[in-house]
Amino acid sequence: MKANRHDRILLAHGGGGQLMDELIRYHILPHFKNDILSELADSAKLELASNSVYFTTDSYVVKPLFFNGGDIGKLAVCGTINDLAVAGSRPVALALSLIIEEGFEFELLDKILTSISQASKQNNVNIVTGDIKTVESGAADKIFINTAGIGEKLVGVDLGFNKITAGDKIIINGTIGDHGMTIISQREGIKFQSQLQSDCAALAGLTCKLLENPVRNKMPIASASCLTGISNGVKFMRDPTRGGLAATLNEISRASALSIEIREADIPVKPMVQAAAAMLGFDVLNIANEGKLVAIVSPESANDCLSICKKHPLGKEARIIGEVIQTRDVPVVELITKIGGRRIVQMPYGRELPRIC
Amino acid sequence: MFERIYKAQDLMNAACKKLGRQINIMEVCGTHTVAIFRNGIKSTLPEGIKLLSGPGCPVCVTSQSYIDTILQLANRDDCLIATYGDMIRVPGKGGSLETKQSAKNVKVVLSSEDALQLAKDNPDKIVVFVAVGFETTAPATAVVVKEAERENINNFCILSGHKLVVPAMRALLSEKNHNIDGFLCPGHVSVIIGYGAFAEIVEDFGRPCVVAGFEPLQIIEGLGEICRQLTSGKPELKSIYTAVVTKKGNTTAQKIIDECFEPADGYWRGLGKIKKSTLILKDKYREFDAFKRFNITETPTEETSGCRCGEVLCGLIEPPRCELYEKSCTPQMPVGPCMVSSEGACAAWFKYGRISRAGFKSNESKQTR
Repeated sequence: MKANRHDRILLAHGGGGQLMDELIRYHILPHFKNDILSELADSAKLELASNSVYFTTDSYVVKPLFFNGGDIGKLAVCGTINDLAVAGSRPVALALSLIIEEGFEFELLDKILTSISQASKQNNVNIVTGDIKTVESGAADKIFINTAGIGEKLVGVDLGFNKITAGDKIIINGTIGDHGMTIISQREGIKFQSQLQSDCAALAGLTCKLLENPVRNKMPIASASCLTGISNGVKFMRDPTRGGLAATLNEISRASALSIEIREADIPVKPMVQAAAAMLGFDVLNIANEGKLVAIVSPESANDCLSICKKHPLGKEARIIGEVIQTRDVPVVELITKIGGRRIVQMPYGRELPRIC
Repeated sequence: MFERIYKAQDLMNAACKKLGRQINIMEVCGTHTVAIFRNGIKSTLPEGIKLLSGPGCPVCVTSQSYIDTILQLANRDDCLIATYGDMIRVPGKGGSLETKQSAKNVKVVLSSEDALQLAKDNPDKIVVFVAVGFETTAPATAVVVKEAERENINNFCILSGHKLVVPAMRALLSEKNHNIDGFLCPGHVSVIIGYGAFAEIVEDFGRPCVVAGFEPLQIIEGLGEICRQLTSGKPELKSIYTAVVTKKGNTTAQKIIDECFEPADGYWRGLGKIKKSTLILKDKYREFDAFKRFNITETPTEETSGCRCGEVLCGLIEPPRCELYEKSCTPQMPVGPCMVSSEGACAAWFKYGRISRAGFKSNESKQTR
């Protein structure tokens, strides 16, 4: 990489001229070498095997930019891959847009780009197109990233809210709240010492295993009915990011018009995460995750799906946490607490506020 | 664990049988309120046991005029408001700190130390720390006031809204139509003031006072103990939160409160004026008193029309009985402060309490057995 004339981003780095050209050639391209991007065309041309394509986008404004277990770059790749993966597709390519505040250090930018590059390589997903904008100091907070991604539909896989029926089991692939509590613990003004670590990870490997694994071959014919038009018994998946498990389950309940019952004792939570949430008065069900998926699966396939998860590095602590049940009045998510009590899990407000005493 | 829960339930059932009527137990701590809801404790209790959420949330008991004062100060260009997170959603007459244009002058802090640091970092602004909470947060406020004096940080002051728990309990029991059979006393506050501080409630009003921690088992056993006393007809003072609460409490913390503050009459939302129930800065620290610095005299203002937070706090009604509840008053658009705080009785009810009102009751068997 050629030595840079500047150690901070100037407005001119987004101005379409010489500085931008240098930024692209000496900082961006070396990280993301691939034939499509190297053409620097206005659009990326992709040859896809399938004509059924999933398309998604997400923006990343996380504070702090670097946190235990990841950074904004890794998050921007994994988050968009996950949106493609849980929909039942194989992520193929990403577009990357950077909005950078004037004065942002090149050193940090390179660190973030390295991280983006690593995460995309690990997941075999190329960055095939992109954009850079610079904004005046104060108009953005250091750096904002947008990624958009496309994925090819997995053959024979068909997921959707409409597949969900009463009796289906709910699986989560591991502990909840890790990402959100890590970010909060490292945020200015709240900072506390902890060994919390974000669960930020790309789930495409796990979802492909879940959907492609030939469970159906091993299953007795009698249970084959559960596989009609579905994928190894997996009916729906979603990654419980902002709003946590509570938001995701409420979305599922609302969209399917079915109720959900989960058991507190079966929901995996790291003791440190639980303690940090309790200290701030947060409900861990509302806290964000970045490497988790909720899978709604048929009761017949639940144990097979669980063991597929458990064999995968990102699913070692997977658990069946509850069931989809018939709605009695209005669709609700109910939690059976550890002491045997019951309560409704509501859609979170959108911003958790620390409590006082 | 379940054996202990069953034992507590037996004590509750015995009390219901003995008294032959509904038993009302009040918790006077917001953290208890939330723990009761989060753990679904109400659904495990015998029919005859009713839990009342008393004035235990520091935001709930803050008077409207206090919030209006903060809003006024937030509008000043020379002020920065440092506040605990819960306060920012509390509606005053012209909006809340979260929605007002003046929000840019408002910083959420997690500790009084952070507020003082804000003053050090912004020497051209006067930092006003919104000092609310019971005896639990008062020592932390006192510490920074003393620090500000020692280090000569003149651009720092506090707007004390600190309140005292025991005078409020006395006020509730002095109401002639109250229906409180016993108190589940606050764990955090008791760490500071010691459980001995509740002795006067037992002696003067003959009501059981049991200090419990925040684990669901502690709460259930605390309720069981109150019921045991009701059955025996002998109200007592007792702490089952023995790991951290002593009879005398934290005398160092008490001393530092006494050094900086003195009790004064004060306004509580819904309860009105209560004698010697708030903490104001002693004259020695007058330069750090925002009321004096900005020449503010707190006057009671009319509560929002229709809002029944007062009765909720007094344990006279449950939140759904209020006309505004769930209609014009929700956690998204709170009218009364009980809806604002995550600890507030109405917010907790809204979030977790619907089950008892949506026709689920009949299916809601006692799962613990």
